[in-house]
Amino acid sequence: MSAEKAAKPKVSIIAAISKAYQDIFAEDPKVITLGEDLADPEGGGIAKITKGLSTSFGDDRVRSTPISEQAIMGAAIGASLAGYKPIAEIMLMNFTTVAMDMIVNHAAKLRFMSGGQTSVPIVIRTMTGLGYGSGGQHCDYLETWFAHTAGIKVCAASTPEDAYGLLRSAVEDPDPVIFIENLPTYHAPMAFELPDSSHRVPLGKAAIQREGSDVTLIAYARMAVEARAAAVQAAEQGVSVEVIDLRTIAPWDRETVLASARKTGRVLIAHEAVKEHGVGAEIAAVINEELFGALKKPVKRLGGAFSAVPYSKPLETAYAPDAARILAAIIELAK
Amino acid sequence: MVATNQYVADSATLLEIYKRAALLKANDERARKVILSGQIAMVYYSYRGQEIIPSVMGQLLRDDDTICTIYRGIHDMLGKGFPLRPLWAELAGRVTGSCKGKGGPMHLTYPPKGIMVTTGIVGSSAPIANGLAWAAQLDKSDRVSVCTFGDGASNIGAVHEAMNLASIWKLPTIFVCQNNLFAEHTTFEKMTGGQNIAGRAAGYGMPGVRVNGNDPEEMYSAFAQAVARARAGEGPTLLECMTFRFFGHNFGDDDSYIPKDQKAAAMEADPVPALRARLIADRIASEHELAAIEADIEAQIDDALEFALASPWPEPDDLRFDVFEKEIAA
Ligand SMILES: Cc1ncc(C[n+]2csc(CCOP(=O)(O)OP(=O)(O)O)c2C)c(N)n1
Repeated sequence: MSAEKAAKPKVSIIAAISKAYQDIFAEDPKVITLGEDLADPEGGGIAKITKGLSTSFGDDRVRSTPISEQAIMGAAIGASLAGYKPIAEIMLMNFTTVAMDMIVNHAAKLRFMSGGQTSVPIVIRTMTGLGYGSGGQHCDYLETWFAHTAGIKVCAASTPEDAYGLLRSAVEDPDPVIFIENLPTYHAPMAFELPDSSHRVPLGKAAIQREGSDVTLIAYARMAVEARAAAVQAAEQGVSVEVIDLRTIAPWDRETVLASARKTGRVLIAHEAVKEHGVGAEIAAVINEELFGALKKPVKRLGGAFSAVPYSKPLETAYAPDAARILAAIIELAK
Repeated sequence: MVATNQYVADSATLLEIYKRAALLKANDERARKVILSGQIAMVYYSYRGQEIIPSVMGQLLRDDDTICTIYRGIHDMLGKGFPLRPLWAELAGRVTGSCKGKGGPMHLTYPPKGIMVTTGIVGSSAPIANGLAWAAQLDKSDRVSVCTFGDGASNIGAVHEAMNLASIWKLPTIFVCQNNLFAEHTTFEKMTGGQNIAGRAAGYGMPGVRVNGNDPEEMYSAFAQAVARARAGEGPTLLECMTFRFFGHNFGDDDSYIPKDQKAAAMEADPVPALRARLIADRIASEHELAAIEADIEAQIDDALEFALASPWPEPDDLRFDVFEKEIAA
């Protein structure tokens, strides 16, 4: 079953995230948000996700900040230590590099280092993704850095329903969560309904977005969109692909992944981040440890090139996997 | 605006400040002794010489006021009321420590007394203190949020981002720079443009005051004013508290980079015995009373150390807990 083809009203991921904000702010007075340009006098954020929020819920809870990523993260951490649930927006994922100390040394570790006396229930929302010709410092996928850090959870949605449900779960989670949003697929109308306010997607649960029996295809974020398209084309060539969207990258859903890999014996993992030392390497290693004898082929990985994201269109296109390259890898694996 | 010199430490207050300072001094002396004896192996950043600053802060802060401090911060915590048993058990790495042995001397935490974060990263106390201050503002509480850091930290970007944010948001954050004239082996003089940290506050539109942090009355007056300003919703203050550390950067390091006469003069002007002498000279307390207070402190430290060393170590399996709220699968 292809989710895109179902005849449902079309909504975008960005609309789902905006609705999540509205619902969260209406329901939980402890939720606050801060980031550059977030409040209405500044336009409600560069993607307008928080438009209207400061007008509805007040400047105390919705705050535009100076361009000070360390101060943004620090304020979120401190407020969370005192019982608030801040959503800190770090505009683009590359800018998290400026706040790494706050995220890695503090947000992720304070619970452990305090022996559980304090906790940091924050959500870091950040946008990224290539496709706009923004070059080397504005569209990296850096999820591996955070997945490699004990104490922080990492999610990325590829459908409006999941974006809504994951963001709501992230805000309710007692631990820090980094919520990665893909800019190029933000506005694409997808055939999903805008979920109602009770909708949740549990953290740590992958979604089987398409069932199949020949190849397990694991992806997340934009690569899950590409993966779904590739799976449709593979079916036309007689290869049955099971598409798993991890949704939560850390901690990832081993159970769902291993069950599917055991069933198909052939696994392909695709992500936009650099392939070397990426999320795919970890998943491949675990599959190898758990299912060595059951595999029909070595696990295959597709990922970004080992370079900065390039500017020039042909280079940018060559940098990351897409549906065509995923399809080619599927066909190769299925042989 | 609250007028200067409105806050005067009276005799009773000076005695209370001394009680804290005596505890801090004794605890530091014991820590160094315990390391030398081999009873506890730990990284230790002695604060000996800086006791007056946190003794005054502790005197003026409430339990619900919060503090974010640094690796050289046990004086700040004891001033704020960190109890000795969980403190020493944590230093010893035992499961009865405040952080179950998971934090250690550089990450001591004790929320019941508002001791929220101890960081080993230079300057990182400041941005987090702002968040605690923001929470106070949202709660419509008059509690204040203190961060302490060194003179070296005043050159890190995070501190400057934090001061600017505190100023524009009028946060009840008090930035306490304990200027002990050294950052590791580097002098304040060599690394600080303008030779003045307090003066930087002007650039952020907040009061900045340099005080003699070793003088209890001067420190009291300045800190009380900063607290009053923060409680009244008037915003942050930067205090640059001049002081000196007697035992180098971390205990055991070669402190030959400190000019001998500078160190000798600083130790000669040791602020804790100076306050003690003052209390006796002004007949605020008798030698006998002070000796009894000090003996009681030693007994409390004896008890805490004994408790710590008799406590069990954590189990390896404890690594699965407190990473997230829910334990990691075995
Ligand atoms: C970001 C960072 N850089 C370097 C260090 C190593 N380091 C630890 S303490 C210190 C000196 C800090 O001096 P200061 O801020 O004056 O505080 P003091 O130790 O004198 O109390 C340095 C460089 C660190 N912990 N964090």
